[in-house]
Amino acid sequence: MRKQIEGSAAVAQAVALARPEVICAYPISPQTHIVEALSAIVKSGDLQPCEFVNVESEFAAMSVAIGASAAGARAYTATASQGLLFMVEAVYNASGLGLPIVMTVANRAIGAPINIWNDHSDSMSQRDSGWIQLYAEDNQEAVDLHIQAFKLAETVSLPVMVCMDGFILTHAVEEVEMPDQATVDAFLPAFEPRQVLDPAEPVSIGAMVGPEAFMEVRYLAHRRQMEALEVIPAIAAEYGAVTGRVRDGLISRYRLDDAEIVVVALGSVIGTLQDTVDALREQGVLVGVLGITSFRPFPLESVRDALAGARSVVVLEKALAVGIGGIVANNVRTAVAGLAIDVRTVIAGLGGRPILGESLAEMIRGVDDLDELTFLDLRTELVERELQRNRATRRSGPTAENLLRDVGAVGDPLSVRMPR
Amino acid sequence: MHSLFGNAAAVATGVFAAMRAKGRDTRVVAQAGDGGTVDIGLGPLSGMFERNDDVLFICYDNEAYMNTGVQRSGATPPAARTATTQAVGEHPGNVFGQGKDLPRIAMAHEIPYVATATVADLRDLEAKVEKAMAIRGARYIHVLVPCPLGWGSASKDTILLARLAQQSGLFPVFEAEFGEVTAVLPIRRRVPVTEYLQPQKRYAHLFGQTPDTETIERIQAQADRNLSRYHIDEVEI
Ligand SMILES: Cc1ncc(C[n+]2csc(CCOP(=O)(O)OP(=O)(O)O)c2C)c(N)n1
Ligand SMILES: [Mg+2]
Repeated sequence: MRKQIEGSAAVAQAVALARPEVICAYPISPQTHIVEALSAIVKSGDLQPCEFVNVESEFAAMSVAIGASAAGARAYTATASQGLLFMVEAVYNASGLGLPIVMTVANRAIGAPINIWNDHSDSMSQRDSGWIQLYAEDNQEAVDLHIQAFKLAETVSLPVMVCMDGFILTHAVEEVEMPDQATVDAFLPAFEPRQVLDPAEPVSIGAMVGPEAFMEVRYLAHRRQMEALEVIPAIAAEYGAVTGRVRDGLISRYRLDDAEIVVVALGSVIGTLQDTVDALREQGVLVGVLGITSFRPFPLESVRDALAGARSVVVLEKALAVGIGGIVANNVRTAVAGLAIDVRTVIAGLGGRPILGESLAEMIRGVDDLDELTFLDLRTELVERELQRNRATRRSGPTAENLLRDVGAVGDPLSVRMPR
Repeated sequence: MHSLFGNAAAVATGVFAAMRAKGRDTRVVAQAGDGGTVDIGLGPLSGMFERNDDVLFICYDNEAYMNTGVQRSGATPPAARTATTQAVGEHPGNVFGQGKDLPRIAMAHEIPYVATATVADLRDLEAKVEKAMAIRGARYIHVLVPCPLGWGSASKDTILLARLAQQSGLFPVFEAEFGEVTAVLPIRRRVPVTEYLQPQKRYAHLFGQTPDTETIERIQAQADRNLSRYHIDEVEI
């Protein structure tokens, strides 16, 4: 059924279609609308059997999901930003135990400075946590990825994070085609756990493992993610066959065939990039977009194939590895190792800074002059003023507050002390 | 199943929720040490209590972080020496006026059942577990378990020390339902706290050449306070 619907509501309905048995969550913007909608669906009795647990923290949310999943229930939670960081110990525990939990991350910046707007710092911080990470380009894909995520998680016995851009997707009303319950039921069989707490067949889960076998347990987790590289496209194809929405599953290609310049990105910015590419192509610039849907496992081969014909690659990242620069870019470089391709990193959209088509077009046109690491639309005048303050006086004060005063966002009680 | 140091209560809630969703009546028990209960796991435990999830949570209280080498926890008693409250300085050992009384914190949640017990009286412990399992909702049993290594006591004195903790009044053994104390274990033979403290090396600094009578009196006052608070009587048996 086609609906004009908010991204969060659509995802909540998609999750409900997957018939989770335990949902637990702790509210944090911009994830709130998803769990609010799910709590209503459960409370109304429309989703049965399902337990909705209002927990007291994200650490508890993931822990409840761990207990539920280990007891054989299909378990779901959602979070973002500080919430994801607060649950990290349990995030690693879930993947280490091989529990197929599905979690939405409504991507949001990480503080300090506190910021509720979108970027990918939160989920990127968990890239090595052992979770599969899928990134949605639009709300239709967010819906589709959530339904596939349960099947994927349960097939490979690994937890799956479905990442969708906070506000840009979660709060956007778009037309979305919702699959019907019968289609989802046929696509997604009941959860058959590989391991389960059952008094009739007792096992222990969570034993301590020393040097004698720890490497092997980790290696097997890696193996399972490598298997997922095969499973993801297979599930995407199967899902495409019943819904008519056929996707590769690992990557998305846009006008790549003759592209000399390729921009690599994740998430909703791909839409903006596609528009930019269309405009530039009219001016004769041979540019395309490679979207990475599955960031973990990272599809090295698909990325290498997709980029093989390119001369220049720009990796547009909504996260920053402070002290080095790009995160996705390093993965892309591994994929194209040995090919004569320039890979540059462009950091964009941190903390919700709009990524403008104009700026992207200019960046692409000037690709050959780009530094290895560029910050798109960085307000250098703000940076310079703060650096000048730092040089002028030892007690130059808190950076965030200084910058806010400079942009006129707050008053300036300390102005007398500040060099102008 | 073992998940993490601080999340036993929440994992138990997850198992309980799964059982409910599946329409099964498998009961859930969660266990943790005092550190996992009163410190790092208090948030999830309080959440489990507050939701009144059908979980029995048992805390094994040996009054410090023993796994990591006897560091102080929020359940370490005043004056006790631990690796992070050394017997040095003007006020050796753990500080007075700190720490958490978890059974009373549990009672403040008005959950159906809270009990304390010690390993000195296994029948009492067994009866309390049985009683707890006959009740639905969040239940909490706090068990005092001496730790020979951490307390600096002889292994053979483990049961004796648990009994002395109760008989001195330092560790009140009681039951509470919905926030009200409903039963207390009477004391068979009241003992001064020194009888309990002296065999433990963690209190050795109180019994040097000149005993630290002031500190011992403060500990005795705590025991007296417990006896009046819980109306614990001495009975002839
Ligand atoms: C998040 C985290 N912090 C610290 C530790 C290290 N650690 C392991 S056991 C323990 C103390 C356990 O104390 P308690 O719960 O009282 O149990 P006991 O060892 O005394 O039986 C600590 C601090 C850990 N495992 N996880
Ligand atoms: Mg302990």
